[in-house]
Amino acid sequence: MTKILEVNDLMTRFHTTEGMVYAVNGISFHLDEGETLAVVGESGCGKSVTMMSILRLLPMPPAQIAGGTAIYLGQDLLKIPDHEMEHNIRGKEIAMIFQDPMTSLNPVLTIGKQITESLRTHMFMDQAAAERRAVELLEMVGLSDARQRLKAYPHQFSGGMRQRVMIAMALACNPSILIADEPTTALDVTIQAQIVELVIRLREQIHMAIIWITHNLGVVAGLADRVNVMYAGYIVEEANVEDIYEDPSHPYTNALLAALPRVDRRRDRRLKSIAGAPPSLLVEPHGCPFAPRCEYVVERCGMETPRLTPVGRDHAIACWVDIKTGAQR
Amino acid sequence: MAKRGIPDPQPALSKIEGPVSALDELETPILTLSQLAWRRFRRHKMAVAGVIILILLVAYCIGGAFIFSESYANHTDTSLRLQPPAAEHPFGTDTTGRDILARTIYGGQISLLIGLTAMILEITVGVLIGAVTGFFGGWLDNILMRFTEAVLIVPQIFLLLVMAKFFGGNVPNIVFLGREFSGSVIVIVFIIGLTAWPYTARIVRAQFLSIKENEFILAARATGTSTWGIIFRHILPNSIAPIVVAATLGVANAITLEAYISFLGLGVRPPTATWGNMLEGAYNYIDQGVYWLWLFPGLLILFIVLSINFVGDGLRDALDPRSRAV
Amino acid sequence: MSVTQPLVEVQNLKKYFPVTSGLFLQRKVGMVRAVDGVSFIINRGETLGLVGESGCGKTTAGRTLLGLYPATAGVVRIDGHDICSAKGRELLSIRRKAQMIFQDPYASLNPRWTVNAIVSEPLRVHKLIKNNKERSERVKELMGLVGLSGRLVNRFPHEFSGGQRQRIGVARALASEPLFIVCDEPISALDVSIQAQVVNLLEDLQDQFGLTYLFIAHDLSMVRHICDRVAVMYLGVIVELAERNELYEHYLHPYTRALLSAVPIPDPKKDRARQRIILTGDVPSPIHPPEGCRFHPRCPLAGEECRINDPQWREAAPGHWVACHKV
Repeated sequence: MTKILEVNDLMTRFHTTEGMVYAVNGISFHLDEGETLAVVGESGCGKSVTMMSILRLLPMPPAQIAGGTAIYLGQDLLKIPDHEMEHNIRGKEIAMIFQDPMTSLNPVLTIGKQITESLRTHMFMDQAAAERRAVELLEMVGLSDARQRLKAYPHQFSGGMRQRVMIAMALACNPSILIADEPTTALDVTIQAQIVELVIRLREQIHMAIIWITHNLGVVAGLADRVNVMYAGYIVEEANVEDIYEDPSHPYTNALLAALPRVDRRRDRRLKSIAGAPPSLLVEPHGCPFAPRCEYVVERCGMETPRLTPVGRDHAIACWVDIKTGAQR
Repeated sequence: MAKRGIPDPQPALSKIEGPVSALDELETPILTLSQLAWRRFRRHKMAVAGVIILILLVAYCIGGAFIFSESYANHTDTSLRLQPPAAEHPFGTDTTGRDILARTIYGGQISLLIGLTAMILEITVGVLIGAVTGFFGGWLDNILMRFTEAVLIVPQIFLLLVMAKFFGGNVPNIVFLGREFSGSVIVIVFIIGLTAWPYTARIVRAQFLSIKENEFILAARATGTSTWGIIFRHILPNSIAPIVVAATLGVANAITLEAYISFLGLGVRPPTATWGNMLEGAYNYIDQGVYWLWLFPGLLILFIVLSINFVGDGLRDALDPRSRAV
Repeated sequence: MSVTQPLVEVQNLKKYFPVTSGLFLQRKVGMVRAVDGVSFIINRGETLGLVGESGCGKTTAGRTLLGLYPATAGVVRIDGHDICSAKGRELLSIRRKAQMIFQDPYASLNPRWTVNAIVSEPLRVHKLIKNNKERSERVKELMGLVGLSGRLVNRFPHEFSGGQRQRIGVARALASEPLFIVCDEPISALDVSIQAQVVNLLEDLQDQFGLTYLFIAHDLSMVRHICDRVAVMYLGVIVELAERNELYEHYLHPYTRALLSAVPIPDPKKDRARQRIILTGDVPSPIHPPEGCRFHPRCPLAGEECRINDPQWREAAPGHWVACHKV
């Protein structure tokens, strides 16, 4: 497998009136060609900020990328000039879809106009060719009567249909990476299932790598090849999807899975809750971010931040303790 | 349960504007909402400057009264008419030889009085109508809002002039706080207050419409809180920010309107001075180089209106319940 | 749990919202049939789950049940009193027994009130404790019950995190010592690691005070965990109701089946192996619900009869109710 994207030691901060927000604190990960990587974490864990940093979508200031690299096909996305980013990368090589399909579409432009616009600027197509392609794209994401739909406005579509339109727009320029930021969070379960099904089909159809950002460990199970678990601006566990669910090795992942009720099982116990809440990002990180809530905490956790270290094949965690044996690393 | 350092569970991006509420029992002092507002207000430089100017102007109008008596301000001496500023009369004298400095002091009192009372009238009517229409809706809302729009459609200046002409004919003088005023002051207060309320009413109505949809209103109803409890204890305190801002700007607006009407000779009748009617007399002398007739009252109106507007701006930011930044 | 008399009885409850147009004469141009004939009972000490997709009417049902919206038709009896016809003092006394916990922990607390004022509101409204000092003691006690420090009572809601605010909402609901609490999606706005805290808290309080819950949610996994019986709503009507394991293991209605199959399972092998029923299309408008069975346009089993006749609400197995022609 060739790595298509490699992020190293990325650090993002926000300068606010209340002080520095330590949003992303030196994270490293990679994305292989054609694979689906899930980034899982609670709100405020830095999962969206990471992706927006890579695509340089954050307003600067207040945001500041304090360090790191993001290598896409040999070039550092954090260093290339703005116009290069705008014309050749964003929306063309790397496309992004967002949580709220209501606000990501312009309400006063027709769907057709919004899709063809990106085709004309990025692919230099003429109007007729762009329209043909737009119809093709809408059919690809499962919208019937595609040609008529081009003339429709976003408000004439339901939430699920709008998310399909967003996906069609993202796919317009054949991107090699699709970043999906909580694309099904605002949708009902039956519609979520439709969208997941669609993405799985499209992934096979067009060879494309996907980064799927979510807080829902359930959705990821059937969709991802690999999973990164994030907490308070750090990646705490990285593993194949099977390992994450069968052998969660970081106390946070472990606790998160134990806190989830299962639709396919009878109730056998109380839910195991994680005491407390995530740490304030306004405080400069010091030691392991999960330490105050962790049941395996040892003295070292409060002093040194653990780095992501391998514990098995394609499986790495950032923790000083082996939760199975209780031994320190 | 741990209760330390907790960021809001909101999307990470909202952290840029939104605060991360770190609740540390031992460190963060308990701040009331007004303390928080004051902290935000202090950061608004122009607003603080506005408050300072405002305090100086009020001190000028009230403190000045201890130096010059009202009879001195109204004392005419045609032999001293149109004296330029000099040691004896620092702001010069007007067309009948009255001291302009003393007149700006007493005129300022009337202008401020008109501004404040007209504002109170305007806010009372506006809040009442806005609250009723916004909360109850239905046919009452329909009727009252159409009426409000009707008042808004008629140009305010035109309405003011007609009303001033109509009601301002022969009003007896009144005595208030041991002073005698031209009854026209009351007329002006009423016509300004009764034409300016539609703006407040619309703001309050919009506030009520949006706040009553909040879940905490539903929660209050589920608890059994009465309708009036919901209006006065829940919704009104949450609408206070735009009302306070509207009130501040209402004062500035009333002062300007009074100046306008008085300048056209339909406002407060002499000898009672206001900054507005002092300008009236200046009009005929503008091209004769008698600058002191209009310069001093003009500057005072400019300063007061500007500073009130700055304060209003600052309050708008400071009282916004959504901006929770400390 | 011995069943004597159910605490909550709902019979043929309907709530229609008029759709109006026009500026002066607000003509009614239609009706949103948000809740269209719903019946169920909730026994004392029990948790009934009410699930369905957004727009199915579950929140409206919960609010109408507590008399927050006037019911268009039907009867709701809480502890023997009909809330739909109650007024004045009687309504107030029912309100004291029936409380609500809301979805949005940000919008459900008055931002200009201190926690003390928020939690003591029911005490003041129902004149339960008149003495100020005793009242604030009671508030501290309630804060303790929901796992918050009594020292925080003079703070404002914005100083708390989502999970903590939800606890404050729970404390407010408990203040008037209710018998019955409608929990309207109480955890869906919270983070995963916080959800379990709030669910466990609700369960503990139920054990401690013998509370009865109506738990409205769209998260079917959590509903299976917390509820004793579960009702599935679709477009304003209940299509299936059964004891939880019966419903999740022996579901009858094709909608229940589709809904359950759409819930992702946090287990890659199991999730990939299972048969998904992907429903086509969206939920139709509740202004013009389909004739016959409301689910028929999306139903894989739909036949001629489904297009014409409303299916009957029948007991297919003891305690297992369903409305479908085909099962």
